[in-house]
This record gives sequence, C-alpha cells and structure tokens, in this order.
Amino acid sequence: MSENAVNAEELAADRSRMQISDTEVAVEIKSMNKWYGDFHVLRDINLKVMKGERIVVCGPSGSGKSTMIRCINRLEEHQDGQIIVDGNELTNDLKKIDEIRREVGMCFQHFNLFPHLTILENCTLAPIWVRKMPKKEAEEIAMHYLERVKIPEQAGKYPGQLSGGQQQRVAIARSLCMSPKIMLFDEPTSALDPEMIKEVLDVMVGLAEEGMTMVCVTHEMGFARKVANRVIFMDAGQIVEQNEPEAFFTNPQHERTKLFLSQILHH
Amino acid sequence: MANADIFQIRTEEAPKLAAPISTSGVIGWMRQNLFSSIGNTVLTVIGILIAYSLIMPFIQFAIIDAVWTGDDRTACLAVEGAGHAGACWAYVIDYLPQFIYGRYPTEEIYRVNIVYALFVLLLVPLLMPSAPYKGINALLFLVVFPIISYFLLTGLEFGDTVVLPIVETARWGGLLVTLVIAVTGIVASLPLGIALALGRRSNMPIIKMVSVIFIEFWRGVPLITVLFMSSVMLPLFLPEGVTFDKLLRVLIGVTLFSAAYMAEVVRGGLQAIPKGQYEGAMALGLRFWQMMGLIILPQALKLVIPGIVNTFIGLFKDTTLVLIVGMFDLLGQIQSSFSDPNWSTPTQGHTGYLFAAIVFFIFCFGMSRYSIFMENKLHTGHKR
Repeated sequence: MSENAVNAEELAADRSRMQISDTEVAVEIKSMNKWYGDFHVLRDINLKVMKGERIVVCGPSGSGKSTMIRCINRLEEHQDGQIIVDGNELTNDLKKIDEIRREVGMCFQHFNLFPHLTILENCTLAPIWVRKMPKKEAEEIAMHYLERVKIPEQAGKYPGQLSGGQQQRVAIARSLCMSPKIMLFDEPTSALDPEMIKEVLDVMVGLAEEGMTMVCVTHEMGFARKVANRVIFMDAGQIVEQNEPEAFFTNPQHERTKLFLSQILHH
Repeated sequence: MANADIFQIRTEEAPKLAAPISTSGVIGWMRQNLFSSIGNTVLTVIGILIAYSLIMPFIQFAIIDAVWTGDDRTACLAVEGAGHAGACWAYVIDYLPQFIYGRYPTEEIYRVNIVYALFVLLLVPLLMPSAPYKGINALLFLVVFPIISYFLLTGLEFGDTVVLPIVETARWGGLLVTLVIAVTGIVASLPLGIALALGRRSNMPIIKMVSVIFIEFWRGVPLITVLFMSSVMLPLFLPEGVTFDKLLRVLIGVTLFSAAYMAEVVRGGLQAIPKGQYEGAMALGLRFWQMMGLIILPQALKLVIPGIVNTFIGLFKDTTLVLIVGMFDLLGQIQSSFSDPNWSTPTQGHTGYLFAAIVFFIFCFGMSRYSIFMENKLHTGHKR
C-alpha cells in the first residue's frame, strides 16, 4: 500500500495519542495449548496484552492466528493453560463466558451480520437483549456508532443490500454498541474488494487512536506500521517472533519471519 | 467523405418510441409464448383442445346441468331422454348443517358458530403482517382461544348446575372434526417439531438420543397404525376405568406424528444456517436460547416455509383417516350421507365427493398461497 510510506513524524504524533497502560492487563494467555483431535494447533502460547495496546498478529495460513484470537472469547476451547480476560479466567463456567463475551467485541472475515434484521436492528439486538437496555436508548447509541463508521443513512436497510465494506463497518459498529473493552479482528479485510479495504481500515485506525485495546489478525502491513505497537508472527501453532513494528519489518530475527516477510512484501 | 463515418455528434435527442406491437401487450405475449413457431402453434392448439375436452364436461356437470333447489331425490333424477343429470347441489345444501357440524345437537350449534367466528376473527389479523398488537393477538389465539373453545364445544357442568350442556365428542362431526384435528395438529406440532429438531442437534447425548428415537419411531409407523393403536390398543393397556376421550387420543396421535415430520423439516433449515451466524451471535454475548430464538430459528424457519406448509397440508388431508377409528370428519360425514334413501340419485356420490374436494382444496390452496406470500414478505434480499 502507498500508505506504507508514512513519515516518521506523523507516526510519532499518532502514537502519542494512544496511551498504553503499564499496570492494567487486558488479556493474558499463559502456556496455552490446544488440539483439534490429535492435531496440536496451538503450542505453548504466552501472550500478555496491556490495556490500550494494538497488536497485529500475522503469519502464514494455518499457523493458528485465528484460532488463537477465537480462544480469547471462547469461540474455540483451549485444553491446557490459562486465558485471563479482563481479570476473569475462561473456564467451562457458562456465566463467566457470557460475561467475557459481553466485554470483548469481535469482527469476522465474513462479517456475520444477521441477514434477517435491518442494520439498526443488528446493532441494537445485543444491547437490548444482553445489556437489557431500553430500545430507544439502544437505537440512539446504534445511530451514534453508525454515524461514526459513516453509514447512518443505511440504518433501515438489510445487510444483503450493502457492499462488503459497508457490511464490515456495520459489523464494527455492532460490536462497539456493546461498548467492549477489547476488540478482536479476525482478518476483517480479507474478504473485501481492494477499493473497500481502505474504508474499513480507516475506521479501525480511528478506533486505535481513541485508545481501544485491539488484537487484529491481518495481513495489512500498512495498518500494522501505522497503528500497531506490537506485531506478532505465528507459524505452525507457535508465536515465533514479536517486536515493535519498525524493528519487526526492518530487522526480522527468525528465519521463518524473514521468509514470510520476503514473500508478502516483495512482489 | 471517409471522415463522416468515424466522427459523429448527436445534435438532437432520438425520439422515444412505443415498442412495436409484436413484442408488447397480449398479442406480443401470445406470439412469443404460444405461437412462436409452427411446432409451438400445433402444441398450443392441441393443448387448448385437451383442456376444452376436460373442462367443459366438468362445467357441464357442476354448473350447467346442476340442480340447485329441491326437497328430495326427485329433483335430481335425470330427465327421460336428456342424457346425464348434473350435480345435485340441492342435496349438499340440504345436508350442509350435517357436513359442517356433524350430529352436534341443533339447539347447541350456536356454540360451534361462536368458535368458528372467534377462530376467523383471531386468525385473520394474526396472519396479516400489517395488523397491530401481534403479541396480544397471538396470546389470545394460542392460549385463550383453545380454552374457550374447549368449554364451548364440550360443555361446562358443575354437578347439577348446567352452564353449557355437555356434548360428547362422538356427536361431533363434519368440518368441525376436520378443523379441530387439523388446527390442533398444526398449532401443536410446530413448536414440538422445533424442540425435537433442536434436541436432535444437541450436544447432550441423552437429549439427542431421546429426540432421535422419538422422531424415528413416529416416522416409522403409518398414521393409520397410530390411530388404530390409540383407539383400539391403548384402552387395553390402561387400567380399568381410566378412559381417554377418543378425539383426544386422535389429537395426540396426529400431533406427535406430524411433529416428527416437522422436526426433520426444521432440522433441514437449521443445517442450512452458516456457522458464522452462531459465532456472530455468541460473540455478542447472546445466551443459547436468545441466539436460537432471535438469530437462528427465524432464519431457519423462513428457509423451510415450503416444507413446513407441505407438512401442514399433508396433515390437513390426513385428517380424513380418522374415519377408520369411527370418527366422522368432513369426508366421513359426506360418505355416511350416501346411505340416505331420501337423496339417493345416480349423481349423489359424485356431488358429495366433488363438494369434499372443493372444501379441501380451498383450505389447502389457501395455506399454499399464504406461504408464498410470507416467503416473499420475509425475503430481505440476503442471498450473498
């Protein structure tokens, strides 16, 4: 992307607005392991995400990136180790799981909007049913976030009538309506046409600038440079390397990282 | 002049003309669809001839030659030398009360009429998407109406005080029995079917096993067997003195039977919902039942409306089978009227069956059209 060439001053200015807490931990994963049947998909994952951090996870397909962040809101179950989200440990306790999911927003590669509900209803559903918010208040909040992702005029339409980029922005607004403490993005731009990627990334950059804790699985390296404070590289179910973005891109240490970066950056 | 061929600027708007007559209007449509080639023209003509030769005799019988008034069979007897006699509608009109109410006591028939009226009054607004107060309406129709109907139809007596004289279900008949069985079956089998479908897809082994066994058992036996078992065999197993009303047993049998079919239809819909919808709902923190009730089932049921209505129509027509356990539904009532010597004519049977066919067709066709209407209404253009 052309935005890769953001100058250093601008980056520094952007960064200064994104405060990272030194003490408050948003997510902590301790020696976590996961298997699909006999297949060991995640191996000894250790990761600590502080409040306000923007983390980009990258790696080849099948490396376990999506599986890892899906463990954070228990869309996937881990078999060994600990995951602590916002002070609560994820166990089989269904109440705890619901509680954690309420505080963790997630955006998917294929948006997963509810096609039988309008855009507004998509956004108000969870606040009304999960947060027990009055309908009117939920609608006001929904309109606020729809304006923020710049599509308030689509509120009465159905997801099927929107473009991919618009749908993904609705999905982000839908998550934000629950005022989450942490946002997870699972390849949010991978299913989009090139023209629409920017509109979604712009929304995500805006979120980061407001200090949202974010964990993004993405291959948008421009985005990683611009907003991430840490880049994590995964391969074969392990975290192979993590570093600040500049160092990560200019001076990768591990052989596997070098190979990966040469594959995605040089063509 | 070569330049003129490649360089062009339009100086005035080209006029907008009406389409040529050959492609628009009735004539255009007929040319395109009926007479587009010699072969198609021949087929069209043959088709019209076949339709004519089938429909004309029917109209001749049902309308032109039909007898509409009369007090007994003499009105409907063929006139000497005039060929076939037409339908004897005078007989149907004379028997209409029996076809609608069975042998329900004449002085109590108003009670059935109230039930019919309530049914229509509550059902019509429930089916109209634009009518307000859906919640209250549904509550009235699904909870209050059955209770009121139960007491209205069967009667209400406390010891010696008679509020409404009791009418035994054995005296019910005709359309009343058909509708009671069909409506109860339809209303009860849908939620039961949904529960079974969810049960069959459950991760909990016992719930799953119970659902599978239930569905496979009821699908594996013919409805006639179910009816026979419920009315002939069941009393043998029950302790002495304990009896269920025969109609109630039939109702339960029919409901469980169609619930098993319904379950499989609904399961088909559930399987068509992408995994992402579950994940989207879970990621927002919705509980299991919220996810099912708000996200998954509305979409799954919409997908299988054709299958659901198919089951409903099948159930409606299967009500005629209750004749074999000695209950007289509409068809049974009509058949039993054939033995009346007062109306015995060569066309009595034809007329009776034609009437039954018309009534059944109206109900089933109505359900079919309504389902198509709902499908279009619920279609939100979300094929992506």
